[in-house]
Amino acid sequence: MSTAANPRQFVIKFIFIGVAAVILIRLLFLQLFEDKYKVMANDIAIYRKVVYPPRGVIYDRKGKPMVYNQVVYDLVVTPNNVPKNFDTAEFCDVLGIDKDTYIKTFSRVRIRNGGMRQSTFMEELSPEQTARYQENMYSFIGYDLVRRYIRTYPNASAGIVLGYLGEVSPDMLKKERYSSYQEGDYTGMNGLERSYEEVLRGQRGIYYMERDNFNRPRDPYRNGALDTEAVAGRSLQLYLDADLEAYAEKLMQNKIGSVVAIDPKTGGILAMVSSPSYDPNLLRGRDRGKNYAMLYKEATAPLLNRAMQATYQPGSTIKPMTGLVALDVGAITPSYGFPCLGGYNLCGRRIACEHHDPGHAANFRLALAHSCNSYFCHVFRLTVDDKKFGGVKKGLEVWHDYFYNFGYGHPTGVDIPFEGKGLLPDSNFYNERYDGVWNSCTIVYVGMGQGELALTPLQMANGMCIIANKGYYYTPHFVRAIDKNSNDSVLRPYLKKHKVASISDSTFSVIQQAMQDVVESGTAEGAKIDGINMCAKTGTVENKAIIDGKLVKMPNHSMFVAFAPRENPRIAVAVAVENAGFGARWAAPIASLMIEKYLRDSISIARKPLEQRILDGHLINKYVYIIDSERRMKDKEAYEMRVEQKKFTDSTTRARDSVMMMRWLHENVKSMNNKIVAGKRK
Amino acid sequence: MSAVRKSLFSRLDSLTILLYLILVIVGLLAVFSVEHRSTDVTIFLMNKSYMKQAIWLGISLFIGLLIILTDSKFFSSTAFLLYTIGLFVLFLTIFIGVDVKGSKSWLGVGSVRFQPGEVCKIVTALALARFLSLPETNFNTLKDRLIGVAIALVPALLIILEKETGLALVYLCFFLAMYREGLPNSILIVGFSLIALVLVTLMVPRIMLFMILTGIAILIGILIRNTLKRNVFAWILLIGIWGATVLFSQVAVPFVFKHVLEKHQIDRIYLTIGQDVPDEYSKVPEKGGNEKKVNASDYNVKQSKIAIGSGGLAGKGFLNGTSTKNEFVPEQNTDFIFCAIGEQFGFVGSGILIILYISLMLRIIFLAERQRSTFSRVYAYCVASILFFHFAVNISMTIGLAPVIGITLPFLSYGGSSLLSFSVMIFILLRLDADRQVLIR
Repeated sequence: MSTAANPRQFVIKFIFIGVAAVILIRLLFLQLFEDKYKVMANDIAIYRKVVYPPRGVIYDRKGKPMVYNQVVYDLVVTPNNVPKNFDTAEFCDVLGIDKDTYIKTFSRVRIRNGGMRQSTFMEELSPEQTARYQENMYSFIGYDLVRRYIRTYPNASAGIVLGYLGEVSPDMLKKERYSSYQEGDYTGMNGLERSYEEVLRGQRGIYYMERDNFNRPRDPYRNGALDTEAVAGRSLQLYLDADLEAYAEKLMQNKIGSVVAIDPKTGGILAMVSSPSYDPNLLRGRDRGKNYAMLYKEATAPLLNRAMQATYQPGSTIKPMTGLVALDVGAITPSYGFPCLGGYNLCGRRIACEHHDPGHAANFRLALAHSCNSYFCHVFRLTVDDKKFGGVKKGLEVWHDYFYNFGYGHPTGVDIPFEGKGLLPDSNFYNERYDGVWNSCTIVYVGMGQGELALTPLQMANGMCIIANKGYYYTPHFVRAIDKNSNDSVLRPYLKKHKVASISDSTFSVIQQAMQDVVESGTAEGAKIDGINMCAKTGTVENKAIIDGKLVKMPNHSMFVAFAPRENPRIAVAVAVENAGFGARWAAPIASLMIEKYLRDSISIARKPLEQRILDGHLINKYVYIIDSERRMKDKEAYEMRVEQKKFTDSTTRARDSVMMMRWLHENVKSMNNKIVAGKRK
Repeated sequence: MSAVRKSLFSRLDSLTILLYLILVIVGLLAVFSVEHRSTDVTIFLMNKSYMKQAIWLGISLFIGLLIILTDSKFFSSTAFLLYTIGLFVLFLTIFIGVDVKGSKSWLGVGSVRFQPGEVCKIVTALALARFLSLPETNFNTLKDRLIGVAIALVPALLIILEKETGLALVYLCFFLAMYREGLPNSILIVGFSLIALVLVTLMVPRIMLFMILTGIAILIGILIRNTLKRNVFAWILLIGIWGATVLFSQVAVPFVFKHVLEKHQIDRIYLTIGQDVPDEYSKVPEKGGNEKKVNASDYNVKQSKIAIGSGGLAGKGFLNGTSTKNEFVPEQNTDFIFCAIGEQFGFVGSGILIILYISLMLRIIFLAERQRSTFSRVYAYCVASILFFHFAVNISMTIGLAPVIGITLPFLSYGGSSLLSFSVMIFILLRLDADRQVLIR
């Protein structure tokens, strides 16, 4: 037709190219300049699957498992796969639930996770439920059993040592230590489970999967290039003797207190009991929260690890140490005697001593064996007032350094968390307390383990190790080996020998001899074990508590420290029984029975009645409940006070605001009215 | 004019064939990429769309061969007949159509479904070409222009009655072909002005728009006041245009939104311009089921943008599209197949694809302009316009530039009707082009 090009074709071509250009520019922005779509695509399309490896098992010194993983089954359901003609009645019958529960749970699951995704219908089926379900499994389409592990404590003991697992809290997630965790993960909350979390946990496997629009995982993302394999947790071999631990718990039943037994040669803890103890199996699985609340409310505070969190004045059990320092600084010689006639009067007020017969403190051995208060008060004064230090303040510093090196006044560094540090006073402490005006008489009680000195039972037991080893100790710890490797780098700190001071062996021999006398002919004769040379020291600790607003003198704490055998020490023990009376009556037999049990593996027939008396002892007195309820009342009151205070400040703020508002309104309305009136007048 | 008549097959335009083949193969691979799973044992699975698409491709090529072997005069001589049959089938579909997602534009026999509206584009193109090439037609007369417009829009009306508005809009593209054949230039201006006016109406409050329009009219009046003094028609024209725009924006658009469009269409339009639906247009969803559909179209566009946007410069690689492979984008093998390209091949891949399309369309215009007969030229323009409309609207809706209306991406989208009708369209064009020296009436 036309030979000349029709100009309109160019218009149309222009429209075509123009629209294509607009699309290209839009694509340029969408694909190159905006990053958010890439992030969004990854967020929606990549599923991070975490595979939890089995957690490490914890064994005792004889290879007995103390914690292992038990298989439990969760029932999961994919709601959309459940057929219409599903036999709900039979299903409910098998699981032992009623139909309402079924319908409620089912719809809840469906709403929460959608119909296409698998979600948990029921956690931790009981063994019967599992068995019955497995028999009828074929008829329940859409449901499935999923294996999972939970921690199990076969001995039902050592709860405070082993600890428990719990879900990582939002607060914990903020800390660096838990940066690799995500919400819903379990972690050790206390005890060994917490301190050896990294060892026990193993390495979680992380697998990146592509997921589809219904959130179902599909293929590995980038063929698994970013994945990490799951590595099983490593096992722990402990020094702890499961039998000894259980025996100690039994001896401590119906008493409040704690027991620590350490192998002096290694620092390995053989037993650590805080009484009353609890069954660690309570703190696992689906009832954990409920049981925890129950234990927490208990007046006797079973969740408190008294063996290392409670501090006691050591009482007479500190006397060997007082003597040790005095002998080492040269304040006294072993033959030094003190004319005690039942009291110490040199500091004005009389300090009573249990013994009246002259000569019971004629030399160091006798004084320690009879636990003469006068003798050790005086010896302590002699030490800190020693001329070569130049004044009590400097003298106390020397004494403080000795005690600090003995492991007192600071956490020993045991490998479970939340250890207490006790109280070890130094000159600054007394300067502050007495405005710098004090002398050796002011602090004389410290020499006999009363006053401002407070130790944890763990520190007391560690002190025994120092005497048993004649001058050194290893940091007390539970774990002997990780996956049977005792040289694991995690354990390296516990292989370091702590030498306390260069105290001569002969000085230690004097102390040991005197402590043996305590058992042979002194205050703890009843704790003697035939054929075993035991060194020990009793302690009877005065203590007070506030009841009904009054400071009341409570029954004494019964204390005992010991180690045995003297020649080749294998066990050092510290026992504290709260408000039980004389050290010799309760704490000493408990320690002695434990030593016999550990060294001989059984209790001799002759000592069975003693054992029975201890087992039968019921020493939780009613004050515990009163004190506890008072404490709780006080907490509650304080809480209510705070709430009340807040309410008050809130209401005053509100009142002030409303007053200001009223005032403002008043003024403005008035002026407005005036204006209106003025306007009208015009 | 070449004296030597070459054989039929050598007279076919090889560049068009090449572009066509590249596009259908890209389409096949794209459908494959969103359907294939690494767990599949073999790629030859008959239940997968890509295998069905391959079969449809085979059928299309076979029918294409038949078309090539047909006499070129056949198309012009049967154009009106085919058009009548087409209208009849469309009409019939209103009553016996199968309900697919709310529209009754499909005819179904067993599992095979077929959308007459797709095929009708071809016969409408043929009929329009035939009409414009009739010796007695004078496209400069209003009567013939109206007939031309009617030929294009009657099928569209029927399709609207089938509730497939998106497909009906395609028939607007025939205006491009008619423009080439002599519709006044003002049709473009009016067309674009209308589109702009609709958008402004939706985005600007009505009172303010009224004031703006009046202000513009007064401004123009002041600017051309000398003309106005001399010419009464200028007055009439100015006031007429002002009245028309005000009527359009104050009455027509609200009327259409209130009474013609359905809820999901309104929602999609407002979604595209990025605003909330105003209260006066928001309709109470019928039976509560519609609410979900709205979210679905929002979801579609969002997922589609995520898929395309995440492709970046070079894409994630073939079969590595996390969004498309895992079915985040609904309708991703049909209307949203462009996502597969955008995600897997990135900006480079999408750019190349767009260039391929534009090349094909420009080539078709080139072919059109070298035709000796008006019939072939008009038909070629119709083909180019249809392709352009599908291409522009489909890709725009996947990247959020246009509201979601269900029209396919030519040659790429999965679907027998679509692939077959576009193939037939191209092959008829090739056949006509092979006889471009012959005068076809």
